[in-house]
Amino acid sequence: MHYGGKIIIGIVIFVGLLLSPFVFNVGKAYKQPELKLPANEKKCVESLEFMRTKHMQLLNEWRDWALRDGKRVYVNHEGKEFEISLQNTCMKCHKSKADFCDKCHNDAGVSPYCWDCHIQPEGLK
Amino acid sequence: MNALYSLVFVFILVLIPLFGVGAAHLNTIFGICLPMTAIGIFLVFSVVKIVRWGRSPVPFRIPTTAGQQLSYDPELFKQNKWDNPSNGIQTVIRMVLEVCAFRTLFRNTSTSLHETKNGPVVAFSSSKWLWGFALLFHYSFLIIVLRHLRLFLEPIPFFVHGLEFIDGILQIGAPVMYMSDVLIVVGLLFLLARRLADAKVRYISLVTDYFPLFLILSVALSGIWMRYYAKVDVMAIKELTMGLVTMHPHIPAGIDVSFYIHVFLVSILLMYFPFSKLMHMPGVFMSPTRNMPNDNRFHHHENPWNPDIKPLSYEAYEKDFGPAMAEAGLPLDNPDNAKAPEEA
Ligand code: HEC
Ligand code: HEC
Ligand code: HEC
Repeated sequence: MHYGGKIIIGIVIFVGLLLSPFVFNVGKAYKQPELKLPANEKKCVESLEFMRTKHMQLLNEWRDWALRDGKRVYVNHEGKEFEISLQNTCMKCHKSKADFCDKCHNDAGVSPYCWDCHIQPEGLK
Repeated sequence: MNALYSLVFVFILVLIPLFGVGAAHLNTIFGICLPMTAIGIFLVFSVVKIVRWGRSPVPFRIPTTAGQQLSYDPELFKQNKWDNPSNGIQTVIRMVLEVCAFRTLFRNTSTSLHETKNGPVVAFSSSKWLWGFALLFHYSFLIIVLRHLRLFLEPIPFFVHGLEFIDGILQIGAPVMYMSDVLIVVGLLFLLARRLADAKVRYISLVTDYFPLFLILSVALSGIWMRYYAKVDVMAIKELTMGLVTMHPHIPAGIDVSFYIHVFLVSILLMYFPFSKLMHMPGVFMSPTRNMPNDNRFHHHENPWNPDIKPLSYEAYEKDFGPAMAEAGLPLDNPDNAKAPEEA
């Protein structure tokens, strides 16, 4: 190979970058984070499956309903009523942001900016 | 027609996982076997192709005339160091600019005919559209690929958080809209429209030009669909993807079909990659007109596949062919050479 040295260095970098996730994870195992669920509640606002996938959408709708439409009561699919509020509803049941929301969000690599303004149940840091 | 074939083909590709997972529940095949095979094919055949390219002979430097070369009087004729480099460092700069800023596309011109009083006149003008949208598309793609590392690493490295923050800085909606998601689609649609709208480009466009565009578009759209509309369980998906990279493959329950469609399209892209024009990714590093300094005038470049020919003096020649020359009646400098070596 002409210029073989340089080409091989290039290939090593290419393959190395591609396989780096495999290398960094050698011998590791991954489990979904364990969440601290509310002790004396059985059900969330909506079904478990809905909450896992669509809670951000729900919060977004809540925000719009509360602040734009002035609608502050949410009726879920079972007809149960909830006050539309991040701090006073979600965080009344999910008492710890660190043990609940953050557990997933750290692993998923998202950091919702809501807490720039809203106060987490742990209080201000 | 070529565009239509490609589009139909991509539609068929989407149907495969839709039924494969949605109806036949072949989750393991679509979630584990296929992606792993795809990565393997991508790696092995890319390397094979690069090595094959590397083995082709490079007998001399190809000076391109994009700029003034190093002249006999650098004061009078200033060298254009980045377009016509004469040493290694300048060449590296040219390559970095080529790879990161697509300077070749920047030089794109459009040709047009203008009617004037004295008949039509050909006009050339700078045309930066292709360059601009190509940059948009490629950088969006890069950012999106890097962002996906959040699903393959734990803990997530800082630059992935940084990218995610900047990409979502507009804070529109929840989950936040990523700018790269929008821009990659804009870029792709332009590249597609360019092929369809310009008759000259359309004429030279083949299925292999349209198919990658539609395929990447389908990958992007399925990802957008999954994130903003179908809403998938990201934690379960991370369990699946981490299973792949930790070599403990495992299919968690509750993952939407849209994820399998996305993964299937990505797998197809990976498998198609080494055999397609997309190989310009490693190929750009091996462009012979870009990656060599123009130093033909002061370095002797020997053809690398020349046989090793030793210089042969006339005396030695006459020794070898003396008898034959004598037989043909040719004059010899040294009459002793007329006899065959055994006789001498
Ligand atoms: C009435 C108390 C209550 C309220 C109010 C509440 N939750 Fe929940 N939440 C729960 C319970 C209990 C569970 C566990 C449900 C289960 O296991 O079926 C849960 C589960 C969840 C989950 C899924 C966790 C998992 O195990 O995967 C998410 C996400 C969630 N809640 C978010 C929210 C958000 C966001 C809000 C505000 C919109 C909220 N919850 C309001 C009680 C509540
Ligand atoms: C710029 C500061 C700010 C940020 C960032 C912010 N909020 Fe708010 N939010 C407010 C204010 C102010 C209100 C009004 C409170 C009221 O009138 O009850 C509000 C109200 C709400 C409400 C309805 C009322 C209530 O008591 O909760 C919801 C739901 C909500 N925000 C959700 C969110 C979510 C989800 C995020 C993150 C995606 C977020 N907010 C980010 C400032 C902010
Ligand atoms: C089951 C794990 C889980 C739990 C528990 C959870 N989230 Fe999330 N949340 C996620 C995932 C995953 C995403 C990112 C989705 C994506 O990237 O498409 C997310 C995204 C969000 C977003 C949108 C953020 C953005 O910038 O895109 C908000 C807002 C949010 N979560 C609020 C909450 C709140 C408030 C709680 C606690 C009451 C909570 N979540 C608990 C998994 C979880």
